[in-house]
Amino acid sequence: MPRWRIPLRAPVALAAAGLLLSGCANPSVGSADDDPAKPVTLKFWHGWSAPGEVKAINDSIARFEKLHPNIRVESTENVTDATINQALRAGGDKAPDVVTSFTTNNVGQYCDSGMWADLDPFMRKSGLDKAKVFPKTLLDYTSYDGNQCALPLLADAYGMYYNKDAFKEAGISRPPRTMSEFEADAKKLTKRAGSSYKRVGFMPNFRLYQNSPDRLFAQWGPTYFDAKGDSRLAKDPATYKFFDTAHKLVEAQGGYNALERFRTSFGDEMSTQNAFMSGKLAMHLDGEWRGLMMNEAKVGFDWGVAPLPVPDDQAETYGRGYLTGTVAGIAHSSKHQNAAWELVKFLTADTDQVVSFANAIHNVPSTFAALKSPKLDADPTFRTFLDIAQNKYSQVMPPSTNGGMYVTSLQDFSYSVEAGKVHDLKKGLRELDRQIDADTLQSKS
Amino acid sequence: MALTLSNPARRRLRTLGFLSPWLIGFSVFFAYPLIATVYFSFMHYNQIQKPDFVGLRNWKYVFEQMPLFGPALWNTLWLVVVMVALRVVFGLSLGLLITKIKTGAGFFRTAFYLPYLAPPVAATVAFVFLLNPSTGPVNEVLAHLGITGPNWFNDAAWAKPSLVMLSLWGIGDLMVIFMAALLDVPREQYEAAELDGAGAWSKFRYVTWPSITPIVMFAVVTGVVQTMQYYTQALVAGKIASGVSIGPGSVIQPGYPDHSTLTVPQLVYSMGFQNFNTGAACVLSLVLFAIAMAVTMLLMRKRSGLLAAED
Repeated sequence: MPRWRIPLRAPVALAAAGLLLSGCANPSVGSADDDPAKPVTLKFWHGWSAPGEVKAINDSIARFEKLHPNIRVESTENVTDATINQALRAGGDKAPDVVTSFTTNNVGQYCDSGMWADLDPFMRKSGLDKAKVFPKTLLDYTSYDGNQCALPLLADAYGMYYNKDAFKEAGISRPPRTMSEFEADAKKLTKRAGSSYKRVGFMPNFRLYQNSPDRLFAQWGPTYFDAKGDSRLAKDPATYKFFDTAHKLVEAQGGYNALERFRTSFGDEMSTQNAFMSGKLAMHLDGEWRGLMMNEAKVGFDWGVAPLPVPDDQAETYGRGYLTGTVAGIAHSSKHQNAAWELVKFLTADTDQVVSFANAIHNVPSTFAALKSPKLDADPTFRTFLDIAQNKYSQVMPPSTNGGMYVTSLQDFSYSVEAGKVHDLKKGLRELDRQIDADTLQSKS
Repeated sequence: MALTLSNPARRRLRTLGFLSPWLIGFSVFFAYPLIATVYFSFMHYNQIQKPDFVGLRNWKYVFEQMPLFGPALWNTLWLVVVMVALRVVFGLSLGLLITKIKTGAGFFRTAFYLPYLAPPVAATVAFVFLLNPSTGPVNEVLAHLGITGPNWFNDAAWAKPSLVMLSLWGIGDLMVIFMAALLDVPREQYEAAELDGAGAWSKFRYVTWPSITPIVMFAVVTGVVQTMQYYTQALVAGKIASGVSIGPGSVIQPGYPDHSTLTVPQLVYSMGFQNFNTGAACVLSLVLFAIAMAVTMLLMRKRSGLLAAED
């Protein structure tokens, strides 16, 4: 044997072994062959972590176990999407059967990758007509390309919280309804303190808490993708108007750098040091859950809620807002998918359960029946968000094969715009469209 | 039938037997992951469905269509050059100073070593708090001195230097290694140099430096390899400084502000585990591996040259 062949043996063997092993790297695939009437223990992973929220979901599980004595639910709280993704990729006995996500942005990715099981066969088996149970907008954000791999488990609607005392002090009688009123009120409500601020009317900077650009952008009703699925941000006049308004809001209140410096002094969003709750902001974009936190914290000022303002030329759409929500699904690797469906069905479609849970954690119910239920919390601040959720102009983000990657790209671009680093908006948006399309293409098989 | 082996074959088997722990470790923890990474770099694979062969698509995507690749590579190389160089210089200077101190050396040794013991996440959180542009004590002290402090981790121009400052704060590990090397330099060589009329610089140049060169090279090579994998501190600093709320549904976008702290390992994580894009993540890993290998080989050759020169 020629000597040169000898050193090749080991690498070649290793390469062959590596490729063989790589070919076997797919995680386990579950099945829906189980009998849901047989005793089983389901693993349920969710993201709720506040004591009140955890109690609410545990109460829901207790109600489910009472209705299904053969199914025991092992619940794990405060789990992030990243942890769930890792567990589902790995599969195995420790992986969850029923999963939830606090963001709808990733649903497209979960459906397209097969990570979450398609729920349509389960709905057909149990005679659940999804179109009659869930509003279409919510069904849209829980499916991708015809694959309904998730169902809405309460929704979130975004509106505006405002400090009534600050409004009175500034002589403003009602919350703004148009963007020009918004800009004028924000300016009036802003109080400087030397080179910094005592209070900002509305903090427009996109990195503040829930202020990600897509949320405010929803007030313009943009269309993110054309019929072919290509990004069309540069073609949509709404995009330019949105950035123009955001810029005007920044300039009216002292400029980006001053606002950004003030923002870095804010406390944690979910604590009582939240900038709106501590009086540093007079108007604030946030979700319906904030009202419960405001009540629990007994903030030292009178506050109210209203829909976010709309562009002056779209006054008829006032009442609209951005919608998202928690979604629930079945892990592709679950070996108890029929039993898991019983839990998903109970959590998402059982009217009493949905209403009780919505009241307990102050989230918007996600079924027609629950939205109409007389048992639903009558708190007027909460009702404002229910109206936003049901407004025909309210908007959800379209699902994408790579999840929220296009939202991230839009966010990155928006950070540059607000910092004054984009000098040619049209050119920048065209480049952004190209990038989103390239990312989408790369994610497709 | 008893198996009879010739003497050379028996010797080879015995050698392989002794080598087997290393061979198994090498195969499982190095060769297999490397081969799998090369394999997946040509595949479309989301870690759930079966991989599909896509040729050079992932490579083209990384090099031609991924706008964050350039900034991430630049940041990583910037950190490798600046952070490693400053850490070596600072660690060596501290070691030299403390070995020269007659009284209180123990106190200074402890004081400079202690920050190294702080867990990286806790140390980073504390550092971001200290350097908060609005409420941090550092800028408050600077304001008292009439100086307007920078925005530190909130300014793209200052974010990387702030990370370097953080790494210099935890210099204790290198300082201890350098102190051991410095205390190992034979005293008589210094005495001989003094008799020849050498000053402090000449003593360092002709006595200390040749003796500690292998340790310096060790510090540089390990520093380069560690910094190529820089991840946690940059991610935590960006996350805390940005003030963006992190909840179970939120996805952490590394690189705040303006991708100035984005490193290649962070991009690998984002691609592979947030965007389910294993192919592109593997390409990035291979690029990083190639650079790390090239730099390490260059340094090792340099080291052999230095050692040969010493001889």
